[in-house]
Amino acid sequence: MKVGLDIGSTTIKCVVLNDENKLIYSTYERHLSQITDKIAEILNRVRGEIEGVENAPIALSGSAGMGVAQDCGIDFVQEVYATRVAANTFIPGTDVVIELGGEDAKILFLTNGLEVRMNGTCAGGTGAFIDQMATLLNVPLEEMDDLAKQYEKTYTIASRCGVFAKTDIQPLLNQGARKSDIAESIFNAVVSQTVAGLAQGREIEGQVVYLGGPLTFMSELRRCFDRTLNTEGICPENSLYYVAAGAALCAEQTIDYDAVIEKVKNYRGSGNFAFNKPLFENESEYEAFVARHSRANVTQKELAGYDGKAYIGMDAGSTTVKGVVLNEFGELLYSKYLPSKGNPVEIIKSFLEEIYAINPYLYVAASAVTGYGEDIIKNAFDVDYGVVETIAHFTAAKFFMPDVEFIIDIGGQDIKCFKIHNGAIDNIFLNEACSSGCGSFLQTFANALGYEIEAFSKLGLFARRPVDLGSRCTVFMNSSVKQAQKDGATIEDISAGLSLSVVKNALYKVIRASGPDELGKRIVVQGGTFLNNAVLRAFEMEMGTHVVRPNIAGLMGAYGAALYARRKYKGKGRSKIANEEALRHFVHDIKVTNCGLCNNNCRLTVNSFGGGRRFIAGNRCERPITKKAPSSDLNIYEYKRTLINSYKPVEGLRGKLGIPLGLNMYELYPFWYRFFTELKFEVVHSPVSSRKLYLRGQQTIPSDTVCFPAKLMHGHVQTLIDSGIENIFYPCLSYNFDEHLGDNHYNCPVVAYYPEVIKNNMKDVRKINFIKEYFGIHRPKDFPKKAYERLSFYFPDLTLNEVRVAAKKAYEEYDAYMEKVRRKGDEIIARAEKEGRKIFVLAGRPYHIDPEINHGIDKLIAGFDVAIISEDVVSPRVTPFVTHVLNQWTYHSRLYAAAKYITTRKDMELVQLVSFGCGVDAITTDEVREILESENKIYTQIKIDEITNLGAVKIRIRSLLAAIDND
Amino acid sequence: MAELKYDKKTGRLLFTKQMKREGYRILMPNMAPIHFRILRSVFESFGYNCELLETTGPEIAQTGLKYVHNDTCYPALLVIGQFIHALQSGKYDVHKTALMMTQTGGGCRASNYIHLLRKALKKAGFPFVPVISLSFGMEKNSGFSLTLPLVRRFVGGLVYGDQLMLLSNQTKPYEVNKGETMALVERWSDKISKQLIDGKGYSLEEIDANLHQLTKDFSKIPLNRVPKVKVGVVGEIYVKYSKMANNGLEDFLAEQDCEVCLPGLMGFASFKVDNRIEDYKMFGGNRLKYEFCKKLLNYVTSLETLMVESAERFHFVPPHQYAHTKELVKGVIGYGSKMGEGWLLTAEMLELAEMGYENIVCTQPFGCLPNHINGKGAIRKIKEVKPNANIVTIDYDPGAPKVNQENRIKLMLAVGREELKKREEAQANAVEPERIVVE
Repeated sequence: MKVGLDIGSTTIKCVVLNDENKLIYSTYERHLSQITDKIAEILNRVRGEIEGVENAPIALSGSAGMGVAQDCGIDFVQEVYATRVAANTFIPGTDVVIELGGEDAKILFLTNGLEVRMNGTCAGGTGAFIDQMATLLNVPLEEMDDLAKQYEKTYTIASRCGVFAKTDIQPLLNQGARKSDIAESIFNAVVSQTVAGLAQGREIEGQVVYLGGPLTFMSELRRCFDRTLNTEGICPENSLYYVAAGAALCAEQTIDYDAVIEKVKNYRGSGNFAFNKPLFENESEYEAFVARHSRANVTQKELAGYDGKAYIGMDAGSTTVKGVVLNEFGELLYSKYLPSKGNPVEIIKSFLEEIYAINPYLYVAASAVTGYGEDIIKNAFDVDYGVVETIAHFTAAKFFMPDVEFIIDIGGQDIKCFKIHNGAIDNIFLNEACSSGCGSFLQTFANALGYEIEAFSKLGLFARRPVDLGSRCTVFMNSSVKQAQKDGATIEDISAGLSLSVVKNALYKVIRASGPDELGKRIVVQGGTFLNNAVLRAFEMEMGTHVVRPNIAGLMGAYGAALYARRKYKGKGRSKIANEEALRHFVHDIKVTNCGLCNNNCRLTVNSFGGGRRFIAGNRCERPITKKAPSSDLNIYEYKRTLINSYKPVEGLRGKLGIPLGLNMYELYPFWYRFFTELKFEVVHSPVSSRKLYLRGQQTIPSDTVCFPAKLMHGHVQTLIDSGIENIFYPCLSYNFDEHLGDNHYNCPVVAYYPEVIKNNMKDVRKINFIKEYFGIHRPKDFPKKAYERLSFYFPDLTLNEVRVAAKKAYEEYDAYMEKVRRKGDEIIARAEKEGRKIFVLAGRPYHIDPEINHGIDKLIAGFDVAIISEDVVSPRVTPFVTHVLNQWTYHSRLYAAAKYITTRKDMELVQLVSFGCGVDAITTDEVREILESENKIYTQIKIDEITNLGAVKIRIRSLLAAIDND
Repeated sequence: MAELKYDKKTGRLLFTKQMKREGYRILMPNMAPIHFRILRSVFESFGYNCELLETTGPEIAQTGLKYVHNDTCYPALLVIGQFIHALQSGKYDVHKTALMMTQTGGGCRASNYIHLLRKALKKAGFPFVPVISLSFGMEKNSGFSLTLPLVRRFVGGLVYGDQLMLLSNQTKPYEVNKGETMALVERWSDKISKQLIDGKGYSLEEIDANLHQLTKDFSKIPLNRVPKVKVGVVGEIYVKYSKMANNGLEDFLAEQDCEVCLPGLMGFASFKVDNRIEDYKMFGGNRLKYEFCKKLLNYVTSLETLMVESAERFHFVPPHQYAHTKELVKGVIGYGSKMGEGWLLTAEMLELAEMGYENIVCTQPFGCLPNHINGKGAIRKIKEVKPNANIVTIDYDPGAPKVNQENRIKLMLAVGREELKKREEAQANAVEPERIVVE
């Protein structure tokens, strides 16, 4: 007989095996982080139920069991290792094990060279992720599977971490997408995260076994894996207990139950965790604090019987819907704060119904809506004004503090901060990539520990040693919390620690402030999360200053919208917002369809509200609505895409040569095209990127944290190989051309050497001539000779003379290409000047013109009637200047130069596109910002990834436009 | 107090002769404790008042997060955090303190650390603290220059550091008397530091003699040679060596009963010199510089030979010679991949696998760019070339929980132990039939 325990991140499993390795006892329980109590309880129970178990060897495994095992004298078996032992014992012949747990995701390759892959710093694609998503969909976890089975369509959802997925799912919900489709899409996201993130280039083949909770309980999830992997995996009996059984199989040592149980019970860890000062030293300090904050107050009046003009403001936020009714003086007649439950339309409808029920004769003068659901609500109910969130919040904050300098709003899912400069919004920070969902994280955590959020955060108020959890993407904080618990932190310490972390995330991850002075002294805080006194206190402590928190902190968006409506009101007439009668006939139908009007083929959600009113969501441009293509005349991104495609293959004696169209090739294609065409190759490039193309190479990506543009290269190369091309040319280039703008002219390491990654991770490149040699295009004099040396290895019949001639032409072609781009840019500028249009420098890298990388952001911005140029158009207009960073990359030098240039232009704004995972941009963004701000220009950054929520981008652009208008 | 002088073109605050004369204290990060202690003496021998920062703790990363862009690599966060933390501690007269940081000038983000440090100093209110770039000609300061004699002593220091690290790693896990190895490291570090301060101990002959004696001393440590899992550590240079950055990786591996091998700094130095040679060969360039670098590389190689010979003489596992390590990576990654640790990182994994340290921890800061290519990006190929390689990659950043990192390493070790057991059993089995034949 042998005993095995598996202490997972959320559950404990225990098994007893008999001498034939048959399972004779098993238990599976949630531990709610009370790990030690639960272990003791289970050990006691097993001892009582199984005779003779006291003489059986026992071992412990599981990610959360390491410390306990060590300190309590039980043998520890690493959990993946345990799985492997169990799989080899129970299902001999298993090739691959896929195991999803609470916070872990693993793939084990058992045959042909053992390999184990487990999620490192990323909690995407795990049970915790699915849990979070179920909460977001507002369905019990058990129903997710049934829902998914009824899917009709799938959406693309990022599963890198819950934060990303939330930003993808929320708009879908707000736009009225079906929950069953979303559920299935979530499962697909988990699959793609597991396959892309973990398999890392190794193919999943042969006998696949599914283990762990999510895969055991959700048959549809297994089917998604089957479909993607093109296999039929098995989920064996006892699939929950493999780790525990593996531990049992490895067990060698018996224990003294009494002694161990005693030790486990007393195990409180080392007590060594980093901690902060208490939030409040004592009760009286707390009371003074509460008294101070009760001063920022909006007066409440009765809605019933009110007979003056009323203004309605609504905020359809990502998780909650807020609505207010104000009188002429901005006093509050009525307010409502509700979770959106995935459908803001229903909530707003009942909100309006309530108002009309309380005061049937209400004279609504004007109405406005803001927030993620602005468009749909505006359409559904004929709301008078839509106002971008940032402006709504600013309007509200000014009401409390006319000279406000800084506004920070932490809601359920988002952090929004704006700096106010000379009465206008000057700088906007939105959480995009990281630390999103702060408020809801506190909530999820409270729930996970078995508390209501209010009770949970109160616990922290007087904690003696608030855990220092640092500033960190909240998804990963789970593990830090676990560690702190193991080290003896109390629930009070953790509660306070989480409140501090929320604040630190906002300050140091989103705003990246270095201290209170930078943000100003006049601060208004708002958003539901700040109603939490622990968070508010943590904020004041961290900032070292007193702030204003209005008593309607959670309603500020709606309140601001109502004030906005009041300001816009022309002084007569009624609001056209749906009245009682209209609400009675209100219908809401949702259809999902594909646009098909251009190659983006956006997935559209068409909402109909009766009376011919429609709202279309999911579109990247206005075309499905206006049926007209957006004008591309004033968009240089469009021009560049067309230009690249104008280099048509010319048949050649030496056969076809393929070039993957991605990364630096977006700019160097003309060079290499001309070079090889002159050398009598038929030069073709891979097709324009698409989701499908990306998926073709996804399995071979070795590093899941590399930027998306690099990941796309795998798909491009695979597509070329699949098309039967024998020669693929993708050179390594340490250096780019020297444009004399900086101290050096490197490429970034990824652009420079990604061909090495392709060579080492895509096995199909061995079937062909894959040329990834190093070239020095920055030295035109040496280039021909060196290129000849490299290339003659592959094409022995080449002559040096031929190469010389071709090289000369290639340099000319490159110059001609750049010249064309710049001339077009000048043209756009000239036209915009004439027409008095704003000019946006959409600054990034050459490959940001790729529609799969920029997700149509250029078109979206063009939709605001502005002209778009790229950084390389204006960078040559600047003479070299001193930067505060080492200016050593060609592409990045252009950014600094472009930023410098636009400080001289009133009609130009710069928007920087940054690919997620771009390490170099950690340096460039700060410097570009500094250059712009030194001349009082607004810096706007848009982070883009595999998937990007254009809704957030829209807010940024609208806010920027609003800020410029206010100037 | 020394007058603050600025570079005319860039406006950079300079470290002046006057500052040196006034005994400005120069703070340095302590990346690799054994090495840097000796290197500090090298600087001292040239009249620089250097101090290694020994501070640790979570405040350092927190300070870093406060003053540096959060997506910047972890080493930058730590080093800058440590500097600012020190300046804020009140321990130093900040108006008589300078900071020193290395700068390689490669295409990796690391070349920008020094600029990020200056930005951070400004933000933190220390714009008057000069920063010295330890580099070849990247930035000039009248009060500090890397003269040839200094470089020579510096390289000598690297040799001693490497040898002490190599030998101690091979004796410490097996020593009969606990603490004996580290005591010897201490003694020799002292001895060498004294020599260097006195302007001795760096000529080829002296190095040879010292290495011989030093290695001999280590060979006398009584050992109990039980089979242990042998683990190699590679990675981004700071994270690989610095305890603060890698959460005490070496100690953890020692606790797990492993023998550890860290490839030395000499390889990295050779690599950086060699890059210039390869650049010339690949793209063309200045012939004189090329010749100079070749000479320099030859000198480094001759020192390396001394290390290998002395290690072999006393039956230690010697490090590979740079030329051989370089040979190993042929066909895996091109010599042009030079940013950061470049192809050397890949080569070191191959080297370790060949030396018997086939269990490898590949450490990197979260999102390290060159590592996408040479670390994570090359592992698939490495396993093809060396099927016995058992590699785990670990990302480090301010929030990465230690418990997850250790768990991943434990998995790698479990596989390593299994292999070790198999090998022992195979050995035992191989011996037995032989005995039967004899009987």
